[in-house]
Amino acid sequence: MIERWVVQASTYAADIDGVIWLIAVLVGFWFVVAELVFFWLILKFRARDGQRAQYITGEEKKQMRFISWPHYLVLVCDVFIVVGAVRVWVEVKQQLPSEAEAQHVRVVAQQWAWSFVHPGADAKLDTPDDIRTVDELHVQVGQKYIYELESRDVLHDFSVPVFRLKQDAVPGRVITGWFEATKTGTYDIQCAEICGIGHGLMAGRIVIESPEQHAAWIESQSATRLAANLR
Amino acid sequence: MAEHASPHHAHAHDAHHEEGWVKKYLWSTDHKIICFQYMFTGMFMALIGGFFSYVFRMQTAFPGVEVPLYGIVSAAEYNSLITSHGTIMIFWVAMPVLVAAFGNYLIPLMIGADDMVFPKINRLSYQVFLLSTIVLLSSFFVDGGAFGGAWTAYPPLSASGAYNNTPLGSSLWVVAVALEFVAFLLGGINFITTAMNSRAPGMKLYDIPIVVWFIVIASILFMASVGPLIAGAVMLFMDQNIGTGFFDPARGGDPVLWQHLFWFFGHPEVYVVLLPALGITAEIITVFSRKKLFGYKTVLNTAIATGVLSFTVWAHHQFIAGIDPRMAHIFTITTLLISVPIAEMMFVYIATLYGGSITLSTPMLWALAFIAEFLIGGVTGIFLGASGADIYFHDTYFVLAHFHYTFFPIAIIGTFAGVTYWFPKMFGKMMNETLGKWHFWLTIIPFNFIFIPLFVLGAAGEHRRIFDYQNFPELAGADFFFLRQMATIALVVMLLAQVIFFLNVFLSLRSGKKAGKNPFNANTLEWQAESPPPHGNFAELPTVYRGPYEYSVPGRKDDYWPQNVPS
Repeated sequence: MIERWVVQASTYAADIDGVIWLIAVLVGFWFVVAELVFFWLILKFRARDGQRAQYITGEEKKQMRFISWPHYLVLVCDVFIVVGAVRVWVEVKQQLPSEAEAQHVRVVAQQWAWSFVHPGADAKLDTPDDIRTVDELHVQVGQKYIYELESRDVLHDFSVPVFRLKQDAVPGRVITGWFEATKTGTYDIQCAEICGIGHGLMAGRIVIESPEQHAAWIESQSATRLAANLR
Repeated sequence: MAEHASPHHAHAHDAHHEEGWVKKYLWSTDHKIICFQYMFTGMFMALIGGFFSYVFRMQTAFPGVEVPLYGIVSAAEYNSLITSHGTIMIFWVAMPVLVAAFGNYLIPLMIGADDMVFPKINRLSYQVFLLSTIVLLSSFFVDGGAFGGAWTAYPPLSASGAYNNTPLGSSLWVVAVALEFVAFLLGGINFITTAMNSRAPGMKLYDIPIVVWFIVIASILFMASVGPLIAGAVMLFMDQNIGTGFFDPARGGDPVLWQHLFWFFGHPEVYVVLLPALGITAEIITVFSRKKLFGYKTVLNTAIATGVLSFTVWAHHQFIAGIDPRMAHIFTITTLLISVPIAEMMFVYIATLYGGSITLSTPMLWALAFIAEFLIGGVTGIFLGASGADIYFHDTYFVLAHFHYTFFPIAIIGTFAGVTYWFPKMFGKMMNETLGKWHFWLTIIPFNFIFIPLFVLGAAGEHRRIFDYQNFPELAGADFFFLRQMATIALVVMLLAQVIFFLNVFLSLRSGKKAGKNPFNANTLEWQAESPPPHGNFAELPTVYRGPYEYSVPGRKDDYWPQNVPS
């Protein structure tokens, strides 16, 4: 459903869309049934001359069935939704990829900009070849990343709609999570938690590159830095 | 404003003129007058909140435009406007009108009492509320302007002027909210005590009209949930003004603590305002379908179950706020469980229509619209309570559209249902049905045209509280702006349609048909008093013989059977 509006560009985007679809089907069913019965009753039982309303207490067992059966069915639907939601949640928020297969990237939010620290050619953070950028995050398609999310001042939220990813940044904490891009292209990064006057300006971009493009980008960044250092 | 500036003076002054205007309307202890005070203040605030929504929706749909009647909207003003809109509509419209105004009017009249048990506390309640209103409104005129950190006021943004640029505005916001809670605590104590102690002889617990029950349950929920938030407000005020660090991580505090305190109150608060609206709906659909409420005890039990469960769901607002991810499972389960009693309540209301004799009067249209629209709000909540789906939907317009489909039916549809239904009792005049229906359709149709586009925008990734979406390439497309503009134009139409309501009130008061005691042939006790009821309500205090919903009882000539008529 969501993919009609926003492309799926991470490994878990389709799973999140799947659980949204599951909920849409289940609650959609209840919604349509409830509204149809509701409008049907209004049309059917309009006041007519000489016809009295029925006297129904709704407290006898036979009458209560009409409420209690739907009630159990709602409960069953809830179970399906909980199971679906929890499975996706565990995948996205609770499990991190192993250090061996993932690279780290640091995401720092502040009023009102994003800064990113990329691991550079050695694929490790906090080494001299780290690449720092503002408002532009470069990642390689098919590579797992563990993000380390920090805030320098107030709450922010690192949101990448094409990944279906959202995570608040909380000052004083480093919050980790992960993503793996599946599609190359340039997409929006939003700050999804109000952070002051410039909240609406806090737009970043994520550039998802093929391995070759990504290597070339790292190369170009190192060259720029080298030039800067020599000067 | 004389009434809280110098009470002694006002008293002395009034001694000379018996029942002067001030004494009668501003310094009254009559529960009906206090209802009007709350209602008119609430409606006045609704006009302000509605105007704000017009201004910021214009900016969202037509960025940079000079908004008629306002002017250019700056980013700082935009944040202040959305913050104030949320704060006003929930705390200064839904609460005073639904809980305080209807609670005040209905409880003594429907249980057959002459007034509240603590009339002076009641008067104090409104005075504190009025003070809180003045404090809130004054924040617009201080240096830096009104607070702009959203109605949820998350620190550190709300805790420091260095971050929010509204040092005075944010403190006044906290003070106003805290004062307002004091007002409703005073009112709530009165509601609970009155309903439990002052009932007419013969009125057993299961003979109490559902709306009274629901306002009492709402008051209990409010009393039980508000403590943590008041504590939080005090801490926030100290963080802002005397340099404590409760929410400042650099000094050992934790910003997420505020979110727990806020939502521990904030979620039950939804049910605090929902229950009175549901109660009003129950009264109206039984009267206009001439039916007994389907399963009175079921309705009561579902309300209590909802109330209890509502204390266990708060962290579904914080799934992605940095809480331990395992906590999300617990709150997903509790949140989805709450769908069971609420769905059951909806089923019961729908079942009540079965076999009825339905008249689509204006109050009935509002009551039915409440059910039809609230269902949309209810089912869309499931997407947000389910942790996995909420990762995507959190803080998008989908959330916004969802809770407007709950709060609009509650605060606006519920209020219009109640006002159009009890207007004849309140003022002794019938309202004009033609104008009432025009007002109804011109409110309901635009309402859906406002928020359905916003559901779509939210599903398409539009995040909330953004001054200008042109900064986000994926959200800047022409089709996105088309939907935003559709919503904004619908909003303007809906706001203009409210003129019809005020016109209807004015014309009905001036030249409406005189309403007898019981124009709708209803059973509950308020319809046994004069319209409008005098001070003291009943000429002779009633005695109760049966429950409130004995409509169309077989073997009786009348299809109604007032609670106070001996068998």
